[in-house]
Amino acid sequence: MSVGDEPLLRVRGLGKHFPVRSGPRGRGLVRAVDGLDFDVRAGETLGLVGESGCGKTTTGRMLVRLLEPTAGSIEFAGRDITHAGRRELRPLRQDLQIIFQDPYASLNPRHTVGRIIAMPLLVNGIDPPGGVKARVRELLELVGLNPEHYNRYPHEFSGGQRQRIGIARALALRPKLIVADEPVSALDVSIQAQVVNLLRDLQRDLGLAFVFIAHDLAVVRHFCQRVAVMYLGRIVEIGDRDDIYERPQHPYTRALLSAVPDVTTLGPAGRIRLAGDVPTPLNPPSGCRFRTRCWKARDICAAEEPPLVPRDGGNQATACHFPESGPAGAGSGPAGAAPAAAGTGASVEEVSR
Amino acid sequence: MDRPESAPSGEPDRPAVPEQRAGDPYLRVSDLRVRFDTADGVVRAVDGVSFAVERGRTLGIVGESGSGKSVTSLAVLGLHDPKRTTITGEISVGGRQLVGQPDEEVRRLRGRDMAMIFQDPLSALHPYYTVGRQIAEAYRVHHPRVSRREARRRAVDMLGRVGIPQPGRRFDQYPHEFSGGMRQRVVIAMALVNDPDLLIADEPTTALDVTVQAQILDLLADLQAEFHSAIIMITHDLGVVSQVADEVLVMYGGRAVEHGSVEQVLRRPQHPYTWGLLSSVPSLHGDADADLVPIRGNPPSLINLPAGCAFHPRCRYADRNGDRSRAQVPELRPAGAPGHLVACHLSADDRTRLYAEDIAHVGVAR
Ligand SMILES: Nc1ncnc2c1ncn2[C@@H]1O[C@H](COP(=O)(O)OP(=O)(O)OP(=O)(O)O)[C@@H](O)[C@H]1O
Ligand SMILES: Nc1ncnc2c1ncn2[C@@H]1O[C@H](COP(=O)(O)OP(=O)(O)O)[C@@H](O)[C@H]1O
Ligand code: SF4
Ligand code: SF4
Ligand SMILES: [Mg+2]
Ligand SMILES: [Mg+2]
Repeated sequence: MSVGDEPLLRVRGLGKHFPVRSGPRGRGLVRAVDGLDFDVRAGETLGLVGESGCGKTTTGRMLVRLLEPTAGSIEFAGRDITHAGRRELRPLRQDLQIIFQDPYASLNPRHTVGRIIAMPLLVNGIDPPGGVKARVRELLELVGLNPEHYNRYPHEFSGGQRQRIGIARALALRPKLIVADEPVSALDVSIQAQVVNLLRDLQRDLGLAFVFIAHDLAVVRHFCQRVAVMYLGRIVEIGDRDDIYERPQHPYTRALLSAVPDVTTLGPAGRIRLAGDVPTPLNPPSGCRFRTRCWKARDICAAEEPPLVPRDGGNQATACHFPESGPAGAGSGPAGAAPAAAGTGASVEEVSR
Repeated sequence: MDRPESAPSGEPDRPAVPEQRAGDPYLRVSDLRVRFDTADGVVRAVDGVSFAVERGRTLGIVGESGSGKSVTSLAVLGLHDPKRTTITGEISVGGRQLVGQPDEEVRRLRGRDMAMIFQDPLSALHPYYTVGRQIAEAYRVHHPRVSRREARRRAVDMLGRVGIPQPGRRFDQYPHEFSGGMRQRVVIAMALVNDPDLLIADEPTTALDVTVQAQILDLLADLQAEFHSAIIMITHDLGVVSQVADEVLVMYGGRAVEHGSVEQVLRRPQHPYTWGLLSSVPSLHGDADADLVPIRGNPPSLINLPAGCAFHPRCRYADRNGDRSRAQVPELRPAGAPGHLVACHLSADDRTRLYAEDIAHVGVAR
């Protein structure tokens, strides 16, 4: 990798274990995030996807230093910020921003919109050319809000408009990287599309890098160039968008994609039925964490954790002892491979109605 | 599902029911209107909605939040507070009229002939009682002469039916000991324990992950095939509707704007609002780099609905018919194919042409 190729964000072995009480006596550790490796280049959009509780939010909050990692390192623009304090972080704060899921809870109801958006400028003592007020108006315009609404309060705006306010606030300092945690999940579909388009335009026009956290795989497909799939605190597969969606190699990625009810197909066709639930991160399965639901699991899957390694020397890395090959949907799923271990598994059902 | 043969004494007292003719829909809702008087004004949450569902069929009701989906379902179930709600129109369940009936009467149907599943399984379960006890109680309410043992057997059986492993052991556990997906299965078991003919599911999978959602949708389809119940599936997710529905009703601002078979509504949609929904939805297929085509503006307030077609402030075609879209509420009329209805002032020719020109190539409409 040449020097100019240095990633903007470099994450190695990142982990967060929460101590919790478990059982009548004794304490346990929730392994919310357990050893993540990934890079994000300047101007690149990385999607973090996975089911509830797999550690997406915890990861996002560690990246912007709202949570203290318990393991690993985070480098931003060449500097180690893993345990950076407030003061060390100040010059970087500008470059690194977060957008939250809940457009209601994340805005102070007692502040005007103008004040909310100006806050990052004021806190960081930045006086933009033309003044704070002019910059705020410019930001309101940029996110498609009426600059005349400067003096209104959050409750006077709809959910989609509030999310735009959150975006304007995140853009105030001209960041290089935005962590967006489910930024459109709380929005109705017509409004969601407005905000996704806005984020896409901003990303392109301003050359922003994103870590885009979402459980909606279709939204991620429309926004991200690279995608990391998480399961129980680990990345199980990472790669370019088209590789992940068209040629997923990890059984979990395949199952996840096949479970999405897609409006382009009528009726429940060719779904991979995963048995059971995600196990608790308090006591994750040995070896491959997906093995309790995987139809391909064999003895080695319980004994050895599969490393996240690239196949075919490409960009796509998969943590699986028996990765799939071929396009999504074709020859994939349990139909081709009989469940090898008792108590595991799933079944594929071709249902036609 | 079969009532246990061994307990004929458990048969509830069924009131005399007007004979239902074969082929009659099990549920028929006509010109339903639901109004709430609030401090801010009158909320017309449902404004003249009609639909029917036959046994063994699934009606999907879609629309964005606040379009009146839940209020419609709560009206069918008789769950609105009569002191604050004005309901008019007709609701007939298995040949019995519900609107205007005494509470007592409706309560008897609820849980026995019609049951519901809500979005949040936790709110449907009491935290202090074991899940088994709650299912057994739901059974005994409508089968008062059944013994506790019999009710327990029935509950264990239901837990097994909805795919809970070791149902005998799980019977004695509390809701918090179950995962979200398992809890929703428990709620489904409870809803189905009395073998209802009508099941209303209001966003039953919205709080669940996709793999668990897939399990629950499969389960509902399996149970429907087995028990031949009529199902209303309420959701904002067009993907879910495309998977489970036979028929689709699209709601906007408390009114039905389009109604037809799932093929008609999702493949040959006729209403500009339906077009807008379809071109807003991101898909797993097609061009990932293409922009989505959102509907401009925001959903309306039901206290102050725009005059004429409630969609007109957001509609690209509102100016096509002079002032009509602004002045006159469009009625739901046949849209061409049998059974397909649309409420829009555009002529059939205009709709066909505009759809082909503007919509057919964008988003999932493609
Ligand atoms: N403060 C905490 N103490 C203990 N456990 C925690 C804490 N915060 C998170 N967890 C646990 O860590 C795991 C990951 O949580 P996280 O919020 O990152 O999930 P997520 O992927 O964002 O899920 P969702 O899609 O539901 O938002 C979960 O099992 C969660 O219960
Ligand atoms: N008990 C109530 N009192 C006043 N307004 C209500 C009440 N219940 C629902 N509404 C209003 O009725 C409209 C439709 O609500 P609802 O049917 O819940 O929408 P959805 O389509 O999202 O299910 C909303 O504007 C809602 O705020
Ligand atoms: S095949 Fe083995 S390693 Fe691969 S996902 Fe399944 S259980 Fe894990
Ligand atoms: S009636 Fe007019 S405003 Fe309403 S959907 Fe049709 S064209 Fe648009
Ligand atoms: Mg989260
Ligand atoms: Mg609702």
